[in-house]
Amino acid sequence: MAELIVFICATAMVIVGALGVMLRKHPVHAALSLVLTLFGIAVHFIALEANFLAAVQVIVYAGAIVILFLFVIMLLGVDRTEDLSVEPFLKQRMAAPVVGVGIAGLIGTAIIASRGLLGAGPAISENGNDINDLARSVFSDYVFAFELTSVLLVIAVVGTVLLARKLPSGPES
Amino acid sequence: MNLLSFTAPTPTPVWYLLLAAVLFSIGATGVLVRRNPLVMFMSIELMLNAVNLSFVALSRVHGDIGGQSSVFFVLVVAAAEVVVGLGIIVSIFRKRPGATADDLALMKG
Repeated sequence: MAELIVFICATAMVIVGALGVMLRKHPVHAALSLVLTLFGIAVHFIALEANFLAAVQVIVYAGAIVILFLFVIMLLGVDRTEDLSVEPFLKQRMAAPVVGVGIAGLIGTAIIASRGLLGAGPAISENGNDINDLARSVFSDYVFAFELTSVLLVIAVVGTVLLARKLPSGPES
Repeated sequence: MNLLSFTAPTPTPVWYLLLAAVLFSIGATGVLVRRNPLVMFMSIELMLNAVNLSFVALSRVHGDIGGQSSVFFVLVVAAAEVVVGLGIIVSIFRKRPGATADDLALMKG
């Protein structure tokens, strides 16, 4: 019973937040709705026994990425409302609900058709120390991918510094 | 039928996968509907989170930690993607304030 209540509350958070991102006119409100969705996903992670990922979700997504979004919104001064009623590409606006419902219908039908295969399997780890298993998996099976992510992060940082830097305009600067 | 002896169904991984499908479609619709590049980025984050939720649910189905490892890497790639994307957006907005995604059909600054 408690699991059902947790599922319903977290699902409501996720859906309301996602609709807020899609429909709120103000970019700051959209970013705060994104926080709601991310917290709901973290609750789902805990219900699915992924405790470490729930913590990382809150720290990295809700803590770092959304703050970065808000910071850029404030920095650029683009925090004015967007008029959603004027649409230069009318065909795209008309196609968007069709695409959304189509994707949800297709994936949902596939999931329901294969629901016999999708029961809850054996527990991943006893007494809930999934962080040990995750560390063993990341640092043994996926260690090459892990090293590549460090290269990716270095490239991303250097590229962003190069992109956002003001080029020196004169010899004195 | 005694209503007091109603046994609540426990959520199965199918429920989580259906939620992920709905979340993904909301994100895809958001990318199509919105014109502010920042909000389009947020919709992409929604889609990434839907995929993460599917990974964790399927990791629960198979009793395999590999799905959670994939989520770990998706988190890293999402962080790098946001950093680079916001860098591009900052440099574009510095030259053209108030640009929407439709004004940016050319990569040329």
